[in-house]
Amino acid sequence: MSIKADFQLDAKGLSCPMPIVKTKKAMADLVDGQILEVLATDKGSRADIAAWAETVGHRYIGTTEEDAVLKHYIRKCENDTIVEKAFEPTIELVEVVGKNGLILDVREEVEFAFGHIDGALSIPLGDLEARISELDKEQEIYVICRTGKRSDFVAQRLVANGFAKVYNVLPGMTAWTGELIKTI
Amino acid sequence: MSVQQWSAADVAKKVINNEELFILDVRNADAFEDWKIDGHKFEYLNIPYYELLDGVEGILAKIPTDKEVLVVCAKEGSSMMVADMLAEAGLKAAYLAGGMKTWSEYLEPIKVGDLTGGGELYQFVRLGKGCLSYMVISEGEAAIIDAVRFTEVFLNFASEKNVKIKHVFDTHLHADHISGGRHIAAATGATYYLPPKDAEEVVYDYEPLVNGTTVQIGASNIDVGAIYSPGHTIGSTSFVVDSKYLLTGDILFIDSIGRPDLAGLAEDWVEDLRETLYKRYRELSDDLVVLPAHFMIIDELNEDGTVGKRLGELFAENHGLNIEDEVTFRSIVTDNLPPQPNAYQEIRQVNMGKITPAQDEQTEMEIGPNRCAVR
Repeated sequence: MSIKADFQLDAKGLSCPMPIVKTKKAMADLVDGQILEVLATDKGSRADIAAWAETVGHRYIGTTEEDAVLKHYIRKCENDTIVEKAFEPTIELVEVVGKNGLILDVREEVEFAFGHIDGALSIPLGDLEARISELDKEQEIYVICRTGKRSDFVAQRLVANGFAKVYNVLPGMTAWTGELIKTI
Repeated sequence: MSVQQWSAADVAKKVINNEELFILDVRNADAFEDWKIDGHKFEYLNIPYYELLDGVEGILAKIPTDKEVLVVCAKEGSSMMVADMLAEAGLKAAYLAGGMKTWSEYLEPIKVGDLTGGGELYQFVRLGKGCLSYMVISEGEAAIIDAVRFTEVFLNFASEKNVKIKHVFDTHLHADHISGGRHIAAATGATYYLPPKDAEEVVYDYEPLVNGTTVQIGASNIDVGAIYSPGHTIGSTSFVVDSKYLLTGDILFIDSIGRPDLAGLAEDWVEDLRETLYKRYRELSDDLVVLPAHFMIIDELNEDGTVGKRLGELFAENHGLNIEDEVTFRSIVTDNLPPQPNAYQEIRQVNMGKITPAQDEQTEMEIGPNRCAVR
């Protein structure tokens, strides 16, 4: 599948350290939450980009490989770990499993593709307004993202649009230890 | 300050001569933890290059000014960048040409000793990977044992010494590195030998290497005699050279013993390993000098850089030769084994001739430390 990224960086043919040097520069131009796709042929870039992202606090989402070209996905995070709990009610991640409601995953398409809970519906935060009609007001909706921040925002938007049975899942996918469904 | 480039041979000299060196390894922490350049008097600092993109000011205080400093990375590029940055900050720094990739491939030939009638025995020490290969030379002829895949090193050495390679042996089907044996044989017209019990799946022709196989090198009759010594693999065979040296392959090392699990048959082969180490080898002379196919740690190197020790001393000192209880022995060599070598199953396929990866892929397969032993 092709994946939607906000920016693309072509680092094919470059060898270490250039893929990381260029990625660092490119990330500086992104705003919080945007996704960079890095094309690279240097095999070592996979481990290095993941480790670099961690040291600077960005979110390394994953890597795909096709015809010897690696595609790395990174989400820019400026203060992603600080979760301001505003929306009530919340529900614990462990309690969501086995319930009848809908797990609504509001992370970016690429994050969803690299691993989500079986049966979850993907509507990235930015697409919510356009796709809100896909949701059923009678159904319980458990909104989940990576840490609980984006889902908090979406839960508020849903209530403002007349949804009543909405829960914010805390913590988010960072705490999920069950099976991950990959669609990439 | 200018940046110097060091070759793997330069670093090898530092290791063998027990010199001091400060290594700034700029690979990521996992890679460094897994595998680094070992030296008796080396000091290390591991800071990944991507933490230094904004400058080296933060680490200058940790870098000595009274020692040589070598920056090392996986392939070269990052270490060059960091060495440049250090030089701009006024420090003297060198980088390793070709990085750990080249280090992993470097072979240092060292003479082990003289043989009857003017012959010589050389050990090729692959410092970065812990592999040991051997060349027996006598009166214009040579035999090679457990050659690694850098065939040109052996071919060049033979031509420098003006000898013709007649016999090429592998003590067993290797699982941790790719053998150069049959390629050297093909290039020189030499005979290639492999134990038939390890060769059931190989797809090329070879001469069977069995208990009692003997060849002579040169006119002065230096014997290279085979002793069947299974346990690491079912075919594993040792050699006695000139009644003086015992080449043990991956059965017995200086500070450890072979592991029986790399072909998936640990339970079956543990008895063989016990038999070889506790019976077959005990019948040999204590004065034979054991020359293994690997070393695991730098402390196993002798003063001159060779790896070898009298069999009698190993019987006294090597823990793996001093486990009286058979049940304990079985448990030590089959439970809690160290991780298996990188890509060991694919490496066996290559050594069987079933797959022939490109050079780059072969390099990738051999990356990482040696893990053929149980300590």
